[in-house]
Amino acid sequence: MARMKFLCDAERCIECNGCVTACKNANEVPWGVNRRRVVTINDGEPNEISLSVACMHCTDAPCMAVCPVDCFYQTEDGIVLHNKDTCIGCGYCLYACPFGAPQFPQDGAFGQRGKMDKCTFCAGGPEEDHSEAERAKYGANRIAEGKLPLCAEMCSTKALLAGDADDVSDIYRERVIYRGSNSGAWGQNLAYNPAGRKSN
Amino acid sequence: MVYLLKRAWSESPLNAVLVPMLLLVLLVTLAPLVQAADPVADPAVKGNGYQGAEYWRDVTRGVAGYSATPGNEAGVLINRSGDEWRLVRNQQVKPYGAWLLGGTLLVLVLVFMLLGRNKIKEGRSGRTLKRWDLVDRVLHWSVAGLFVLLALTGLSILYGRHFLLDALGGGFGGFMQFSKLVHNYLGPLFVICLALMLLKWLGRNIFNAVDLRWFARLGGLFGGHPSAGYMNGGEKMWYWVLFFGGVAICATGLVMDFPNFGQLRDTMQDANLIHAGVSLVLICGALAHAYMGSLGTEGVFEGMVSGEVDENWAKQHHNLWYDEAKGHKPPQ
Repeated sequence: MARMKFLCDAERCIECNGCVTACKNANEVPWGVNRRRVVTINDGEPNEISLSVACMHCTDAPCMAVCPVDCFYQTEDGIVLHNKDTCIGCGYCLYACPFGAPQFPQDGAFGQRGKMDKCTFCAGGPEEDHSEAERAKYGANRIAEGKLPLCAEMCSTKALLAGDADDVSDIYRERVIYRGSNSGAWGQNLAYNPAGRKSN
Repeated sequence: MVYLLKRAWSESPLNAVLVPMLLLVLLVTLAPLVQAADPVADPAVKGNGYQGAEYWRDVTRGVAGYSATPGNEAGVLINRSGDEWRLVRNQQVKPYGAWLLGGTLLVLVLVFMLLGRNKIKEGRSGRTLKRWDLVDRVLHWSVAGLFVLLALTGLSILYGRHFLLDALGGGFGGFMQFSKLVHNYLGPLFVICLALMLLKWLGRNIFNAVDLRWFARLGGLFGGHPSAGYMNGGEKMWYWVLFFGGVAICATGLVMDFPNFGQLRDTMQDANLIHAGVSLVLICGALAHAYMGSLGTEGVFEGMVSGEVDENWAKQHHNLWYDEAKGHKPPQ
């Protein structure tokens, strides 16, 4: 049985935001909702590192634990999905999520939150696969087509990896082995930080 | 051809002299440049030596970066306080709140079984005194009605998934959607009604020496009836619990009700915990208040319905107010 995971290789991410765009296009998310975002630490300075982040599909997910209506469920592949028909838009999943993944379109008066929207690992929702309702509420269901999330598929540097945990870690492990030259050098550190280069 | 030229060059005696000379020139000219660019020599260069482990430590500490994606805290990779909030809510507020509610109900049942109804000792006189104006009663019942609705919907949001999900089945989603709307829209109305009620009754609820004696005798729980004015010590205490608790739940409720003012997750997490904790205490207080104001004491409920109370009830429970209302001089 597969265990689906995302992994963003910080040594490769170039903050092109292609994943964000691919996601928006594949899932046709509403305005103001970004299921994926790229965060750059030390922007414009030495040691600038970027990471693409979305729902990480946690095991024992905090959002599931705090949801007042218990609208989350985890698929056999470890993908955390939710039922928008039950969701009341209380925002608790956002308070609990370690990654800031849940998004809320503004709906109605006084900034009231609409139903939560988040990354589905391109696996749709509880509706019938590829139905109109699923498309409208959750966006793409590429998993049902045997495909992986579009963000990772379209990543220009293949920094963002998605798929079964074993495959993802195999790819990453291989990369680390080839990348490490003198005493296991790190890509960003080696490239942008002479001090780091010396200490290695 | 190229190969031959290369070979000729590499075998030329000139090569042995030229290449080291060129290298020397390069080194001499570039050395100062290299020195200046070396961050080790210039500690002012920001980010110097900021390496892998250190970087990840900062990220898990919640250090914010830049994100092209708009939105509150989009640059924060790790939400540090989320875990803490979840643990306090799920492992403290929820179980302790349930014990508190259950304990309060149990105590009230025990009190009723052991002490029974607090009757009007001299029986009804048939004459009544005006105790509550129409405004008082309207305020009381608006606050009470809204409180009950907010408590029921709030408890559903806190505990509903554990029992309502099975009880309501397919109707659960709709009920919870309704609960959230009721809670969010009636909340601000409750704030207004509660504020008006607290303001109107502020003057009557200042503690005085009479209340001290009332508390010293535990409000006459074990026989006798300590003197009391319009409000007794216990009622004043409930007023102040409602005052401070009310301010707390109203303020925190509004913080969560209007997420469009840019408040961040930390603020809303704290607001949520205070809101839930204080509300649970107030619900327990309200249960006790409702018991004492209806089943627990004879002759008190009608006061808040018709505004009139029996004179003998007034004499028994609020003797100082009774004397005042009847124009008697307080006993010296």
